[in-house]
Amino acid sequence: MTTKSVLLVGVGGQGTILASKLLTLGLMEAGYDVKMSEIHGMSQRGGSVSSQVRYGEKVFSPVIELGGADILVSFELMEALRWLEYLKPQGKVVVNNYRINPMPVISGKADYAEDILEQLQKATDVTAMNAAEIAEKLGNPRVMNIVLLGAIVKAMGLEEIDWESIIRANVKPAFVEMNIQALKAGAEAL
Amino acid sequence: MKKLLTGDEAIARGAWEAGVHYAAAYPGTPSTEILENLSTYPEITAEWSSNEKVALESVIGASIAGGRAIASMKHVGVNVAADPLFTFAYTGVGAGTVIVTADEPGQFSSQNEQDNRYYALSAKLPMLEPSDSSECLNMTKDAFSLSERFDVPVLLRMTTRVCHSKSIVEVSERQNVPIKGFERQPEKFVMVPAMSRLRRVVIEDRMAALKDFSNDCSYNFIVDNKSDTGVICSGGCYCYAQEVFGDRVSYLKLGFTNPLPDQLITKFCQGKEKIYVIEENDPYIEHEVQRLGFSPLGKSVFPAYGELTPDVLRKSIYGESLPQIEYEKKDVVNRPPTLCAGCPHRGFFMELGKRTELMRCGDIGCYTLSFSPPYNAIDMTVCMGSGFSIAHGAAKVFAQTEKPRKVAAVMGDSTFFHTGINSLLNTAYNQSPTINVILDNRITGMTGHQENPGSGYTAKGEPTDAIDIPALVKAMGFKHVAVIDPNDLQQVSETLDKFIALDEPSVIITRWPCALKKFSPEDKAEFPAAYSEKYTVDEEKCIGCKLCLKAGCPALSVDKNKKKAVIDRIQCLGCNVCAQLCPKKAIGKEVK
Repeated sequence: MTTKSVLLVGVGGQGTILASKLLTLGLMEAGYDVKMSEIHGMSQRGGSVSSQVRYGEKVFSPVIELGGADILVSFELMEALRWLEYLKPQGKVVVNNYRINPMPVISGKADYAEDILEQLQKATDVTAMNAAEIAEKLGNPRVMNIVLLGAIVKAMGLEEIDWESIIRANVKPAFVEMNIQALKAGAEAL
Repeated sequence: MKKLLTGDEAIARGAWEAGVHYAAAYPGTPSTEILENLSTYPEITAEWSSNEKVALESVIGASIAGGRAIASMKHVGVNVAADPLFTFAYTGVGAGTVIVTADEPGQFSSQNEQDNRYYALSAKLPMLEPSDSSECLNMTKDAFSLSERFDVPVLLRMTTRVCHSKSIVEVSERQNVPIKGFERQPEKFVMVPAMSRLRRVVIEDRMAALKDFSNDCSYNFIVDNKSDTGVICSGGCYCYAQEVFGDRVSYLKLGFTNPLPDQLITKFCQGKEKIYVIEENDPYIEHEVQRLGFSPLGKSVFPAYGELTPDVLRKSIYGESLPQIEYEKKDVVNRPPTLCAGCPHRGFFMELGKRTELMRCGDIGCYTLSFSPPYNAIDMTVCMGSGFSIAHGAAKVFAQTEKPRKVAAVMGDSTFFHTGINSLLNTAYNQSPTINVILDNRITGMTGHQENPGSGYTAKGEPTDAIDIPALVKAMGFKHVAVIDPNDLQQVSETLDKFIALDEPSVIITRWPCALKKFSPEDKAEFPAAYSEKYTVDEEKCIGCKLCLKAGCPALSVDKNKKKAVIDRIQCLGCNVCAQLCPKKAIGKEVK
C-alpha cells in the first residue's frame, strides 16, 4: 500500500496530541509502519498546532508535505482553512464546527469571517461535525478530541483495529468508558 | 519488544539500556523530554541543573568518578556549556559519556538557528547524527561504549523533528555496568599547561583513529541503487530525501559525522554524474565533499535556513510542490502564541507596557510574548539571563547623556537561576540605577513545567530546599527590594513609580504561580485563593468600551451584536486583571 497521511490541526490545548497518540498506537498494533510528528514549545501557548501521522508498509518522512495529506482533521474552523494547502486535491476534510478567536480578532485588529465553513465547502469535500456538542451531550466537553478521532477511524476505514483496548491501555480508568462512547459517537456522526 | 517513541524518549531509553548512572540537563526545546524521560527510570540519578554549564560539569564529575553519564541541552545551551566542553575533550572520560545537542532548524522555539556540528569539529569530538527514533536509541546506546573505547565524550546531534517525531523502535533490557571508581591520574585530569600540551597530542592521535573508524563503521553506509545521481545526507534529511527520490538515486547515509569518512565519500562520489548534499543549516558535509575534489550541489540548490522537509526539497530540485487545492487565503487570521488566561505575567506587563519612557530588556521565557500587542512591554531579547546585564550596560551609557533614560529588565525565576544571578551580581557590584524584575511563577513555564532551584522539588519530584530569592538578592546588597502580587495593577504601578524615581539599583519580585502549574502543598498553603474564582460581565453595566480587551486575555471578547464584553467561563481563571480595567465596574466575581 502507499503511505497514508493524516493531518490533525487545531489550537494549542485542544487535545490533538492525545488523539494522534491513540491513532498511532492503534496503527502500530495493526502492523503498520508508523511515524508521527509534532512541534512542542512556544507555539503551544494558544497558537496554531498540528500533529502529522503517516502509516503504511514503510514510511520515510514523518512530516506531511504541501499537497500530501489524505485527510485533514481540524479541531477548529479557521485552522482548517490555514492548513488546507497541505491536503491532496482529492483529499477529505473533517472539520469541527467550532470557533476559537485568535488574538488579532480578540483585540479587534482582525475579523473572524462568518463564512469560513462555506469557503471550505467551496474549495473541497468537507464534512462539518459538531464535535463539541456531541462531547457535551456525552457529559464531558473535553472528549471532543476523541469524537474527532472516531471520525478519522471511520473516514480512513480503520474500524477493524481494536480501539477499545487501545483506549483502555492509554487513558485513565475513570475516563475509559467516556472515551469509548466518544469514539463511537464520532464514527457515527461522520 | 516494539515501542513507538519520540527521538527524545528513544535517547532516554538507549541511555537506560546502556546502564547510565547519572544524567543532568537544563530544560530547553526540543531537548527537554530527554531528561524528563530519564528521570522516570529508578536506576538513574537524573537532575535538572541550574544551567547547561553546571549540567555538563556535573556529568564530567560523574564520568571521572567512573559512572556512565549523559548531559542533554538545546543548541544554545551548548554555548553556555562550551567552556567545560572544550577541555573535556582534552581530559577524556572516566566512564562513557554522551552530550546531546538538540538543534533547531526552523527556529520553532529558539532565538537563533546555529549549527552545532561545528562544536564537534572545533572541540574535536566524535559526533553521531540519528535520523529516526530507532537510530536515536541504538546510537545513544553505542555511544557509551564508543566513548570508553576512544576515551572521549561523544556528541549526539539532534534536530527538532528527530527529537519530536515518533517512530517504531525495538527495545531491550538494561545492561548492568558497574561503577569503575576513581583513580588519581593528574596527567589526564589536571589541565595545567604542562599536562594539557601533552593531551593536545593525544587529541590528534585520537582524531586519526576516529577517522579510520568513520570510514569503516556501520553508521556510515552506501545504498547503491545503480544510479548516476548520488545523494549524501545525514539526520532527518535522510528520511526526507528517501520520500522525494525513493530508489531513483543512490545514497550515502552519514550517521557518524565527525570526523567525516573521507575514503567512503570519495568512493561514493567517483563516477557519479550528479551529487546532491542534503543537510539542514550550514554546508558542513558539503565543504568536506568539495575539499575532497568533487563539485556537489548543496547550498546553491537548497536553503541554508529552515527545515529541508520533502516539500522544500521538491521545490528546490524540481521547482514545484505536489498539486494542491486552490483557494482564497485572505480570511486566514494569524494565530500567534499568547499569554494564557490567568497568566500572572499579564498584570505586570499591562503596567510595564505603559512605561514607554523606559528602555525595557526582556529575556527567554513565556514572558517574551509580552513584546507584542496589546502589551508592547519588551524592547529586546537576546539570550538566557541577559536581561539584567544588557540593562546595566545601557544604563551606564545613558548615564553619560544629559537626561539619562531609565532602564528596566525582566526575567523568570528559572532564567534568574540559570545565569541571571551572575548578571544581578554585576549590577550590585558596578551599580547602575536599573529596575530588575524577577517574574517568579514558581516553576519553569515555557518548556512545560520543570522543577527548578526555587520550586522546592527535584526532577524526580522529591522535596528539597527552595532558594529564597528575596534573601539571595538582599545578600547581594540590594537596598530596594519589593515582593509584589502581579495581578494587583495598583501595587505593580506604585512599585514601578517608586523604583523608577530611585537613583540606585532595585529589584522587584513578582510572586504568583503559573496558571497551568500543578500546585504543590506549599503552593496551596501560600496561594489558597489562586485560580478558585470565575469572573463574569454584568451586561447592564457594560458599555462596550472594549477597555478590558487591553488585557489581551484569550478568555475575553466582545459580542459584536450585543456590543458587550463576554468572558469564556471555561477559560477564565479569575486573575481579576480585566475587572480592574473596567471603568464601569461591570466585571465581577461570579456569585456562587
